[in-house]
Amino acid sequence: MTMTGSRKVTAVASLLLLLSLAGSILLLRQLDRMRTHATLEEVLYFNSPKWIKRLSLGYDGLLADIYWTRTVQYFGIRHAMRATDYNLLAPLLEITTALDPKLTVAYEFGANFLGSKPPIGAGQPEKAVALLEGGIRNNPDNWKLYYNLGFFYYIDLKDYAHAAEAFERGTKAPKAHPFLRVMAAQMAQHEGEIQTARMLWQATYATTKEDLIKQNAIAHLRALDVDEGVAQLEKLVAAYTEKTGRPPSSFNQLIGAGMLAGVPLDPDRKPYELMADGRIELRNPEDFPFAEKGLPLGYKPGPPKFH
Amino acid sequence: MNRVTHIAANTFREAVRDRVLYNLIAFALLLSGAAILVGQISIAIERLVVVNLGLTAVSLFGVVIAIFIGIGLVSKEMEKRTLYTVLSRPVRRWEFIVGKFFGLAGTLVVNTFCMAIGVFAALFYVAHKFQSSDAWILVALFFIVLQFLILCSLALLFSSFSSPLLSAVFTFSLFVIGSFAEDLRGFAGMSHGLTRWLATAAAYLVPNFSTLNVITQVAHEQPIPAHLIAYNTAYALTYSAMVICGAVLIFERRNLK
Repeated sequence: MTMTGSRKVTAVASLLLLLSLAGSILLLRQLDRMRTHATLEEVLYFNSPKWIKRLSLGYDGLLADIYWTRTVQYFGIRHAMRATDYNLLAPLLEITTALDPKLTVAYEFGANFLGSKPPIGAGQPEKAVALLEGGIRNNPDNWKLYYNLGFFYYIDLKDYAHAAEAFERGTKAPKAHPFLRVMAAQMAQHEGEIQTARMLWQATYATTKEDLIKQNAIAHLRALDVDEGVAQLEKLVAAYTEKTGRPPSSFNQLIGAGMLAGVPLDPDRKPYELMADGRIELRNPEDFPFAEKGLPLGYKPGPPKFH
Repeated sequence: MNRVTHIAANTFREAVRDRVLYNLIAFALLLSGAAILVGQISIAIERLVVVNLGLTAVSLFGVVIAIFIGIGLVSKEMEKRTLYTVLSRPVRRWEFIVGKFFGLAGTLVVNTFCMAIGVFAALFYVAHKFQSSDAWILVALFFIVLQFLILCSLALLFSSFSSPLLSAVFTFSLFVIGSFAEDLRGFAGMSHGLTRWLATAAAYLVPNFSTLNVITQVAHEQPIPAHLIAYNTAYALTYSAMVICGAVLIFERRNLK
């Protein structure tokens, strides 16, 4: 049976179409390999927020969403690569918030991305403060931005005076959470570091609807439990050493001396480890990415994983 | 009036026959894709994206339809010689223009209505519920329809004396300039003498599309004042009427031989 002319053309054209499609995919894959990551990612074709806003022809809300998504992607990729430089982060956030000054999520998360120390964030606290201050200028009635600013001053910069001022300014915003007044007073006294930090993270957990922020708050609260537990245990070890003239070789000696009721456990119910030099270590430090105490010597934390 | 209605109904039927409403499929795919994808690649903006993307797509799809159908409304009838058949009957030229305008406007209203259902469906998908502030989205959609009325009238105006290609260029240029209307007014405020007069005149002459764009506000659940709704409605209707009058004047005097 022979094919008609028209069928022949259809068959040949279909075959050629499939071959061309496969060829173009293979070529693109080859091109991707040839071009470096930097070429693909580190480009900001327009860096003037003013001009981008103009060119959006009034559709600036959608463009702001696109730029915010790009910011999240950029930060995520650099974070996963454990990069220490985030050159495009600040300009991307500037463009996003210029396009949509009411996009408060960009100020809240953006300040975290910018201000946290590497490898968690970009380590640019002054830019994080500027971003939040810009957010407050554009949204003076949003008490959460004052809260974020005070939080940032306290947790990341340990700047109690500015933290107190930010919380105080926040109390004047309409519908401000009453908790801000407590925080302003607490900052003015700046005592009981762990308790204050615990209050802040608990408030963060209670006042957000975002799962990621809730998970972040839980991770920080778990780390604070570790910091507090390890600090107490180290005090006990120091007291035992002073009393007996030598550090305890195991927790059993502390239990025998009546200083502990049982083997101490971390928040995951795993026992802490007592080292020969009297230090206390976590059995799985990678489960507590924000802990500052109980870490093995020379331990470098990996990217945070949330529970 | 009956004749205007007939021409409008025929224009609508023709647009449907031309598969204009196929754009709804692209719109549905775009919106459902975005609703599912954005939750995975971004943070905390699922609702914002659905509102921003949905309303922007409604607006852009409509702008494209208004321009590309509007520019052919008169010239296509002349090219196919159907215009002469219509005008040989007891149909006056102004009735033809007004009928065409309402036909295209009707097509866009139906199109926008279908897209609005899509926007609210996507919104329900990401938020799992509706809230009272979602009602402002209806206001944004209404303003978008007002934009279409102005664009339809402009496309029709240019179509009444120019070629389809030039009409498309003119209409789209006016859409861009109209989106910059606020800047034009700002420029007028900064200049002096004759330039100030010319810039001010231009700012009031070109359609002001920026005042009809409240997409970002409604995405942030901000209320739209009632007086803005009233003034915008009056402005869009007045401006469209002015342009339609211009189109009628030109078409009445046009030599169709």
